[in-house]
Amino acid sequence: MVPGLEQYLILSAFIFSIGLFGAVTKRSAVVILICIEIMLAGVNIALVAFSRFITPVELTGQSFSVFVIVVAAAEVAVGLAIILALYRQRHTIDTDKIDLLKW
Amino acid sequence: MNNIPEQLIWMIPGLPLAAFVALFILVRSLKIRSNLNGYLAIAATAASFALSLWVAAGLFNAPAEHGITGFEWLNLGGILVIELGLTINPLTGIMLVVVTLVSLLVQIYSLGYMHGSKSLNRYFAFISLFTFAMLGLVMADNLLIMFMCWELVGLCSYLLIGFWYHRPAAAQAARKAFFITRIGDFGFLAAILLLFTSAGTLNVNDIHAAAIAGAVSSTVITWAALGIFMGAMGKSAQFPLHTWLPDAMEGPTPVSALIHAATMVASGVFLVGRMYPLFELSPTALSTVATIGAVTALFAGTIALVMHDIKKVLAYSTISQLGYMMLGLGLGDVAIALFHLFTHAFFKALLFMGAGSVNHSTGTFDMRKMGGLARLMPWTCATFVIGSLSLSGIWPLAGFFSKEEILNSALSNQPVLFAMALLTAFMTAFYMFRVVFLTFGGEYQSRLKPHESGKVMIIPMLVLAVLAVSAGWLNLTGRLTTILGHGHEQSWIYGFLGIFTHPLAWISLAVAGSGIFLAWAMYQKRWLSARKVAWTFRSAYTVFFHKYWIDELYEKYIGARLFNNGLFNLFNRFDAVVIDGTVNDVAGLNLKSSKAIRTLQNGRLTQYGLVFLFGIAAIALLVIFTG
Repeated sequence: MVPGLEQYLILSAFIFSIGLFGAVTKRSAVVILICIEIMLAGVNIALVAFSRFITPVELTGQSFSVFVIVVAAAEVAVGLAIILALYRQRHTIDTDKIDLLKW
Repeated sequence: MNNIPEQLIWMIPGLPLAAFVALFILVRSLKIRSNLNGYLAIAATAASFALSLWVAAGLFNAPAEHGITGFEWLNLGGILVIELGLTINPLTGIMLVVVTLVSLLVQIYSLGYMHGSKSLNRYFAFISLFTFAMLGLVMADNLLIMFMCWELVGLCSYLLIGFWYHRPAAAQAARKAFFITRIGDFGFLAAILLLFTSAGTLNVNDIHAAAIAGAVSSTVITWAALGIFMGAMGKSAQFPLHTWLPDAMEGPTPVSALIHAATMVASGVFLVGRMYPLFELSPTALSTVATIGAVTALFAGTIALVMHDIKKVLAYSTISQLGYMMLGLGLGDVAIALFHLFTHAFFKALLFMGAGSVNHSTGTFDMRKMGGLARLMPWTCATFVIGSLSLSGIWPLAGFFSKEEILNSALSNQPVLFAMALLTAFMTAFYMFRVVFLTFGGEYQSRLKPHESGKVMIIPMLVLAVLAVSAGWLNLTGRLTTILGHGHEQSWIYGFLGIFTHPLAWISLAVAGSGIFLAWAMYQKRWLSARKVAWTFRSAYTVFFHKYWIDELYEKYIGARLFNNGLFNLFNRFDAVVIDGTVNDVAGLNLKSSKAIRTLQNGRLTQYGLVFLFGIAAIALLVIFTG
């Protein structure tokens, strides 16, 4: 069976949901970052699938997802740098314990 | 105006201003210390005086009103256009001569009196500034410029009273003068605004024209006239705003002669005279002016009877004479008030200079420590006696003629005010000769060896003495008061001897003579002991000696109780309760509501994420189901 748009979207939603679940439930900043990456991967699948099935000639969806990947890479670089700095300062990356801005 | 170029007229106030700028900016920054400062200021004033004399001579021969248009200084959208312009009329002409002449003589006198003082260039700079401001006030054709100059003379008065600012009494007196005249200035400013809103212009002549044409309602005219008079009361030290003038005697004596005797304090009288068409339209305002004038004349006269400080006597005498001028104005005549202003400027400046000369050699103003100075200081004594005779109104000196005019006017209009004025005349003669006999008669009291003052001080006094004798003769034919706009029918008989065909001349002469005689009997011959007289009338004496407790009333009751403890305390509480209270309550409300809201911010990232998720989901559902 050749998968159609629907199957791709289900896969996309599934991966996105996994990422979302992890981002909401995990405490470790690194894991949250990974989960956000997973969510972005899910979105990318949806983008590419739409592009493939709706506008097969133009590569808009594909180029868009390349953008997302690039931005995500940059985001991870910045995010990890922050987490590293945070760890040096506080000796933890547990987001529940990083609550200085809380009242 | 015998064809004086307009540029030269601008130079009348311009030269003293230039002298001020030169002294204050150039000399001060170059730190030149010499009498050069004085000479510069004197040269400027002398030139100004020469021009004024030229202008006034032209006006004396051919009285007319000349407007000199200047340039547009301020234009607020065509609604308020202020032009710097000058007015020359007989009224300003006479003031120009008085101001520049007295200023010139005072500055020459100061060369001697202030010799060796510190910061002489500051002194001469302020006197030049004062002269400029006074001339500007006199010549301005516009109420706003007039008001600015009015404030500027007030400022100069403040600066010069406090010239010896390191003396607490002087600093205090300067502040007092500033505050109390400010009460009056408030009225003046209010009147200016009132006139502007109803007449639509600030030009003095236009306002008069509008008022006479009936374009301004009579209520407005009355209030405006009263406001202007309030300004005049402050500046001319009329009861109840008189308390600053006696204290102002803390300043250098030449300053007292110039500012607090001859010119600035008379500017209130001038102002009322300048705005006279408004007063003429308001009988209420006129009768207020007359009553305040007469009350002030009598009231200040009684205080002058008992003062020990020679300058205080002169100060109260000045207040009293200013009251006389106001009385003259209130009785319906600018001319007689200005005539008295004219003669008074000379003899009162002379008397102050005499007091300064005495102080210069004895180092005190207290008459109890003087006596017997007639032999030691003959010139001072002679000129002082001339000034006193003139002030007392003895024929044929200047004061006699101007006082006669006012008394005559009072007699034919207001018998009650006439009685007050006559009583004042008696007291004037008495207290002036009390000063003369206490200072120059009897035996010298102290061990210091007094000496006659130098020529530079004596010569201005001689010039003023000549004027104190002769200034009244300008009106022997009634010419002076006629060109000033004598309101009355010329029923008064003028002339050197012709004046005695009128019984009033005999009456006032007899009154003044008896005042002098009483002073002679009490303080020279000592037939009557001054102590015994004081004891006999001790209740009156106490009241006079404490100046009717007006200062105490102002300081303790109005100042301390009413304002400080009463009103200001109330304002303070209002501030604390209402204003601060509102602010605090608003802040408190914010604090409480944020306490409730801040529990949402619990610092759990995961919870935020969840809220975020549900929020997005809710928005998504909303978009999907509502299209």
